[in-house]
Amino acid sequence: MDRSAPLILLIEDEPQMRRFLRAALGAQDYRLVEATTAREGLAQAAGRSPDVILLDLGLPDRDGLEVTRELREWTTIPIIVLSARGREQDKVAALDLGADDYLTKPFGVEELLARIRVALRHGAQPPGSTPNPVFEAGEVRVDLARREIRRGGQEVHLTPTEYKLLTLLIRHAGKVLTHGQLLKEVWGVNYANQSHYVRVYMAQLRQKLEADPARPRLLVTEPGVGYRLKVE
Amino acid sequence: MSDTRPDPEALLRRLQDEEARSRRGRLKVFLGASPGVGKTFTMLEAARAKQAEGLDVVIGVVETHGRAETARLLEGLEVLPRRSVDYRGTRLEEFDLDGAIERQPALLLVDELAHTNAPGSRHSKRWQDVDELLKRGINVYTTLNVQHIESLNDVVAQITGVQVRETLPDSVLEQADEIELVDVTADVLLQRLREGKVYVPDQASRAIERFFRKGNLIALRELALRRTAERVDAQMRGYMAERGIRETWAAAERLLVCIGPSRTAARLVRATRRMAARLHADWVALHVETPSDQRLTPLDREEILRALELAEQLGGRAVTVSGQSVADEILAYARAHNVNRIVVGKPERARWRERLAGSLLDALVRRSEAIEVLAISGEEDADQSRAPLPRPSTWGEYAAAAAVTLVPTVIGLGLRIAEMELATIDAAMLYLLGVVVVASRYRQGPSVLASLLSIALFDFCFVPPFFTFSVNDARYVLTFGVMLLVALVIGNLTGRIRTQAEASRERERRTATLYAMARDLSSVRTREELTAATLKNLRDTFGADVTLLLPDSSGRVRPTEPSPYPLDDREMGVAQWAHDQLQPAGHETSTLPAAVALYVPLGLSDRSVGVLGIRPTERHQFRDPARRRLLEALAGQAAVAFERVALAERSRRTEIAVEAERLRTALLSSLSHDMRTPLAAIEGAATTLLQSGGPSDDATRRELAGTIVQESQRMSRLVANLLDMIRVESGALEVQKEWQLLSDVAGVALLRMEDQLAGRQVTTDFPQTLPLVPVDEVLLEQVFVNLLENAAKYTPTGSPIELSATASGASAGQEVVVTVADRGPGIPAGEEERIFEKFQRAGSTPGTGVGLGLTICRGIVAAHGGRIWVERRPGGGALFRFTIPIVGTPPTVEAEADEDGESLEAATPWTDPPHSSS
Repeated sequence: MDRSAPLILLIEDEPQMRRFLRAALGAQDYRLVEATTAREGLAQAAGRSPDVILLDLGLPDRDGLEVTRELREWTTIPIIVLSARGREQDKVAALDLGADDYLTKPFGVEELLARIRVALRHGAQPPGSTPNPVFEAGEVRVDLARREIRRGGQEVHLTPTEYKLLTLLIRHAGKVLTHGQLLKEVWGVNYANQSHYVRVYMAQLRQKLEADPARPRLLVTEPGVGYRLKVE
Repeated sequence: MSDTRPDPEALLRRLQDEEARSRRGRLKVFLGASPGVGKTFTMLEAARAKQAEGLDVVIGVVETHGRAETARLLEGLEVLPRRSVDYRGTRLEEFDLDGAIERQPALLLVDELAHTNAPGSRHSKRWQDVDELLKRGINVYTTLNVQHIESLNDVVAQITGVQVRETLPDSVLEQADEIELVDVTADVLLQRLREGKVYVPDQASRAIERFFRKGNLIALRELALRRTAERVDAQMRGYMAERGIRETWAAAERLLVCIGPSRTAARLVRATRRMAARLHADWVALHVETPSDQRLTPLDREEILRALELAEQLGGRAVTVSGQSVADEILAYARAHNVNRIVVGKPERARWRERLAGSLLDALVRRSEAIEVLAISGEEDADQSRAPLPRPSTWGEYAAAAAVTLVPTVIGLGLRIAEMELATIDAAMLYLLGVVVVASRYRQGPSVLASLLSIALFDFCFVPPFFTFSVNDARYVLTFGVMLLVALVIGNLTGRIRTQAEASRERERRTATLYAMARDLSSVRTREELTAATLKNLRDTFGADVTLLLPDSSGRVRPTEPSPYPLDDREMGVAQWAHDQLQPAGHETSTLPAAVALYVPLGLSDRSVGVLGIRPTERHQFRDPARRRLLEALAGQAAVAFERVALAERSRRTEIAVEAERLRTALLSSLSHDMRTPLAAIEGAATTLLQSGGPSDDATRRELAGTIVQESQRMSRLVANLLDMIRVESGALEVQKEWQLLSDVAGVALLRMEDQLAGRQVTTDFPQTLPLVPVDEVLLEQVFVNLLENAAKYTPTGSPIELSATASGASAGQEVVVTVADRGPGIPAGEEERIFEKFQRAGSTPGTGVGLGLTICRGIVAAHGGRIWVERRPGGGALFRFTIPIVGTPPTVEAEADEDGESLEAATPWTDPPHSSS
């Protein structure tokens, strides 16, 4: 196998899930390291320095949130959390602790691969580097250097906050951002509990940027977690 | 032949007796004539013999009185630890009843049956402890001296001159399964006494000396022997009756003893009991309540009560009836119950009063016809003295009486000053009028005072010579006499009328109370309402602190609300006892009288449904039989009401259980279908793919894989629905409310349902003016998804679906109404409610799904405080509507101008105008 192919660390105790992911990732030319416990996973993360970590939140020996916290003490390797539906608070907690993204079980392989690609892309960028000055998705084109936003060639006017929110989403394109993260970055720490601000401004952005604001395809809601700027 | 056949009723009674006995422990009494005959010794020997046979023998309590040979017999027998009780600083060692019940031995030894327990024990007497042990199926050996038997108490006192205070009811001895007489001759006993082998407490040595005289001992021995013989006789009778051997004596006698407010009542009861025992007769103690009972002093009432209690203890029946005439009631009762002898006390009143008022004895004898009437002399018990008349008139009443006599004096003297003619006889009339007024208002005392004063004033002021007490004409003495007599007669009459009025008022109040309670209790439906109604009625009636305790599932009684008086462990124990034993206990009863409150069980015929605790506000509040009867009647009413509510609840529970069973069946059948179908498809597709030489062309393989994906998604939805259902049902639904935009939540649902809604026109109408709503977005999304899924499933492909919302206002207290409208067949009339039930699908529509979607919707909407319903849509189709109440004030967000200075196009309720100066 290609030594330069991205290395993925899978920390998951369910053998069926490991078997499925082994097959799916192997077919995409990813290298895979498996760990069945948190202890083993932490050791592998330090020893093998993977490019992406897939972390199941329901591990037998330790809480997945704790594993996330411990990993973030020394590394910025992208972490994608795997968790069941109905545990939205866990997901938010993991994301706020520094996890990069999450997947709700059961999930399709397409979704998984998309998340891994986004994670690899963000992991490859050195922290603090400026993103591509021009962002394009569907009809929308944002020129960050010139602060120019167009939809289908038509110029769109944004308020300062809307613009700030949009650029933050573009910086993390493809990744989910929690309400807390968005509020802190755009409005400041004092607004931590005012998630309706995000909702109202997101609705305004959708009115201006989405083709059908009732069915947003670009600015996607992740129920109970936050928002994602969808790419690809 | 028929002569020798056993009486079926007697046989039945015997069977019932035996059945009760077989559950009850057996009691063996070692009876002795006096201390020192060796009862304890004999009992221990018998116990050792039983132990040698392999029986589990335990010593509950045995007094060795320091005698070595008795103590030696204790060796090798398990001795139950004593319970120590603190009583006024001294530690008393007492028999541990609860320990014994816990230990559950086959045979328990409990010495000194007549012992009185230390205050604070559960029962005041040890024989009650033993009774409880027997009830719990423990066999008991015990010892008893003959002088402690209640009915022999007087006789023993007469013989020995020593009054024994510790007595026990004869019924205890009668219920004993076996009595063994421990007998020694008087000489042997005296010999033992001299050798110091008989326990003599130091402080009582004088009394003991008197007691242990040879004559006494012989008499006591005779008593004990006779008692045992009677017992043997009774056993023989039982044996004969059982085998149908014809009785050789006359038909059963029945005695009735009349109880009145007399010091000799207790003595009459004891005498009747002895007579009844000799005659093998049933006996009844009867008290007739008359209106004049209202005049009785508390002491008199207590006397009656004590006599009735005594009768019950001695194995008789205590009965109270009310009526106008004592003699009538007694005779009526006697005739109705086949009484053939009536026992009354000899008259105590002076002969002249008898002549005047007639005596009870006289009335009875005249009208008793075939019934014998026995008059027994009642000697007064020396230590009891009678209290004076009740309620003496107050000084105020005397003063008023005196004042009234001044009125005729003033009028008369005034007339004379005005030089008007006033005949002496007119003055007398005026005074008489005054006396009548006083007599009609006050009792005898003031009336007599008024008449004496009137006579004096009349004499002084109006009888010549004026202003002296001397009388010229002897005829005036007659006037004086008439005035005095009139005062006495009227005073007496009004007094009687007043008491009768009071009595009837009291009766009326009692009836009204019972009626009010019956009315209150009959209208309530739930236990809580019933509890409240019961407590209210009892508090109103008695003005006392009342608490109600109801049993929990394990049969322990628990207070229904914080008790108005401290309900500590001891009180709870008493309440529990009353509940378990179906007998009143606590204050004013013989069981645990140290309790602060009286506990009356809410008794049905065979069990109790709860306990009433009443702490009296005045002393002896519940000694009065009328009060007690009223309390018990009220408790009985409450018991029936509680039983009625319990039965109603039980039938409701049965209904619910039936419904749950139906649901379970429906769930099983629908689950087995809805889960097996996708599983079968998945397994089929997968095995086809795995088969060697399976489908070779790519299209087929892709199709099979697609089937697996689709079916597993269907399974996944089903499982998610079931999990949601469980969460909704179990109340574990956690609602994380945040201020949300409805359009945002609906948008997520629309995206999730995109595949299923393909080919339909789905429009949304969420106006900008909608306020933010406080909802859990994950749960609300599920509501939208389920409603859309239903619309997709039950309406023709391609038909439009419309989502919309309207607000009744943007402030707190308003609500938002969300509508999901379709153009399908609509919901059949009459099914609008049913479709929200579990496992229900509209009409006979074919389709998949377990029928949980709408139930989940209802659960989630309800958790948000809203309602969900369905309407017919004009022009065809269904309108599913739900509301979301706005709780709290929706927050706002400051609007801002865009970079070119243009403000936002439309004002929304959730944005403030830009640059607002706040």
